[in-house]
Parts: sequence; C-alpha cells; structure tokens
Amino acid sequence: MIDLRTVETAIPGTQPDFHYPPYLSSIARSPRLPLVLLPETLTEKTGPVFGHGLIRLHDDDLTAQHGGDPIGERIFVHGRVLDEDGRPVRGALVEVWQANASGRYLHKVDIHDAPLDPHFSGAGRMITDDDGRYSFKTIKPGAYPWGNHSNAWRPAHIHFSLFGAGILSRLVTQMYFPGDPLQPLDPIFNSIPDEEARRRMISRLDMDRSEPNYALAYAWDIVLRGRSETPFVEARR
Amino acid sequence: MTEDSRLIPTGSQTVGPFFRIGLEYLIGRTPALDVDAAGRIEIRGRVLDRDGIPVPDAVLEFWAPHLTVSSSGPDQYPAGFRRTATDTHGNFSVAAMRPAAVPLENGRMQAPHMLVLVFARGLLRHLLTRVYFEDEPGNMADAVLQEIPAERRATLIARLENSYQWDVHLQGPNETVFFAW
Repeated sequence: MIDLRTVETAIPGTQPDFHYPPYLSSIARSPRLPLVLLPETLTEKTGPVFGHGLIRLHDDDLTAQHGGDPIGERIFVHGRVLDEDGRPVRGALVEVWQANASGRYLHKVDIHDAPLDPHFSGAGRMITDDDGRYSFKTIKPGAYPWGNHSNAWRPAHIHFSLFGAGILSRLVTQMYFPGDPLQPLDPIFNSIPDEEARRRMISRLDMDRSEPNYALAYAWDIVLRGRSETPFVEARR
Repeated sequence: MTEDSRLIPTGSQTVGPFFRIGLEYLIGRTPALDVDAAGRIEIRGRVLDRDGIPVPDAVLEFWAPHLTVSSSGPDQYPAGFRRTATDTHGNFSVAAMRPAAVPLENGRMQAPHMLVLVFARGLLRHLLTRVYFEDEPGNMADAVLQEIPAERRATLIARLENSYQWDVHLQGPNETVFFAW
C-alpha cells in the first residue's frame, strides 16, 4: 500500500449516494464498482485560482444583463464560503445559473411550456472577498416540471458551482428557498440522507439585507471540503 | 480547533441538464494553444452510460498542478485547468500542455497524469478520476496505477492515436475507475 494519506471521504449521510434510484437519471449513469482510495498527492492538494479578470460588468446582477427589467420577484442572494474549520475561502470563483421567474431555462433542451424572458438569461459569477463573501442580485426562480416521475416538479433553486483552495474542494450544488413545499417531494433534494445536511442547502430569509420597497434578501453560507493545515496563522479575523 | 467544531461540507447536487447557461462561458475563455506548440496534447473521447449510450450533457474538468508555474499574475487563466463539455453525441475534446511527472511525497515520481472531474445530469456528486498517457514509460511504476486492479487499469490510460483517445464509462462492464471522496 502507498504510505500516503488518502483523500478523505465524506461523513456518511451528508452527501448523496452516486446511485439513487428515485432519481431515475442516476440509475445508468452512476458507478457501481467500488470507488478506489486515492492518495493525496500534489495533484490533489492544489487547484486552479481564478482572478478578477474573469468577472465582467453585471456578472453579479442578473437583472441588469439584457437592457431591461426581467419579470419576477427581484431578490438579493448573499453568503459566505467557508472551509471545514470555518475560515473564509477568499478569492473563490462562484458560478450560478437558474431558471427565470416562470420556471424556464434559456437552454435548447428545456421544453417546458413557460415563457422565456428577453431580459433574463440566468447566469452569473463572482469572486469571494477577503471574508469569503459573495453576493448577487437576481430574480427568484420558479418551480418547473420535469420527467422523473408523474407530476414531478423541481422546487425553486439556484445552481451553484464553487472552486475552493484545492481541486478537492470543488463543489456543484443547488441553493433552495425556505418554506418551499416541493422540497420534501423532490428526489434530488432528498438524495442527501441526513435531514440536517438537506436543511443546510436551504437559504434563509434575511430581512437585515433586504431593501425596503425594493427587494428581499436570502442568505446562504457554503462549506467547502478542506481545512487549513496551519490553524493558528489566520491573520485577518 | 477541535474536531467538534469542524463544519460539515455542503451537500453536492447534480449539475443538471442546463449547466451550459452557467458553465460554458469558461470554455470559450480558455486561452487557445497554438496547434504546433511544443508539448501541446489533445484528449478526445466520449462519455458513455451503462448501456453504452453517449452522454450529451456532461462537463469534464482537467487539472494538472505543475502547469500553473507558467501562469503569472492574479488575473491569468489557470494554465493547469481545462473545462470541456460533451456534444450531442457524447464527444468531448480538450487541448492542454502535456503534464510533467510530479513528485510523490516519499521521493518517488508519479507518471504524468491529469485529475479529471466528471459532472453530468444523473450524477448527484461529481466523479473523480485520472487520465494517464499510454506512451509514458513511467506508467508501469506509478504508485496510483499500481494500486488499481490490473484488469481495470486501462480505463485510466489514454491511447495514442492522432490525438489521445480516452472514453469515460460511467457504469457497465468497462466502468472507468473512479476515486472515493
């Protein structure tokens, strides 16, 4: 055996199984042979760093990208990206995409009979600041039907893609909204066995950051895999 | 910090079928490599499901750390990183600089390889694998490859034709070796 530490595996229940039959698409697309332990080498301990040069005007304002106001409920979304020690993940690239207020994606394979919005394409990106914070303005996405089972509807969600300190911190997930009755019916949401872990995918209404007479705000913190190897050199907290 | 105060990483969810909206821009912004550039390699392949059906909605991300040595400044595109997506026939291709051998901590070298992350509709968590290159003499001695059952090892090695050919089998008799995370 290789005398190196292997890549740590998730705490049981806190991540979805690869093979989760209630989500039909997973049945023929998920591995069935045993996963192999991988030593943590230089390849695994490093990862890409994206600079601010990647970010363009209005990448953090999905309501201002197409020359007019999109239809729907304007919202702010913000939060912090943290590592497993609770330290901010700085300079992390956060990519988001979502359906419009009618529950329709601007994508050729979305055949849901709901209107597209010429003022909304539903994509954004940002880089976290020194406190690990991100924020953007958007439209609250609508629920939409999908073909998984009879009368299947996805709860409203925003897709998130994140890069952390190393490639193993990589995370693609979905942010949900509080009080959405579709969540308990959704096999993608329910693919995470642990109830607390599911709950942590739900944002919270944040009245402190809401703007009176303008828009509500939702807060959602994200924890990426990985921890600082040198716990006491944190300089800026 | 004590173990008790450790935060639990946020759960993964599928990239879904509409990821191009949010992820495709980066493919277009990857600096092009001159076709004749020394050390340029191209990896082509398909992503296939249990039944050999091409997967037209997969994203692959390739990472090789040593390449970032040549990138400088905070606004540079990370040279060791490539993102690509499959087309309607499940085909992908990616051009990159040939990775160098990278050290193991115990002084041995690893054969040149790239770490590969696979995202797709149907994958609730992304998959982690590696691609090696069949014309690299170091493969036989590579510590990671050696740990993989011999009959599955070939799933991680790209064949050299005009370009490197490497298919990803998500499931089935030729299932690619994926690593635990």
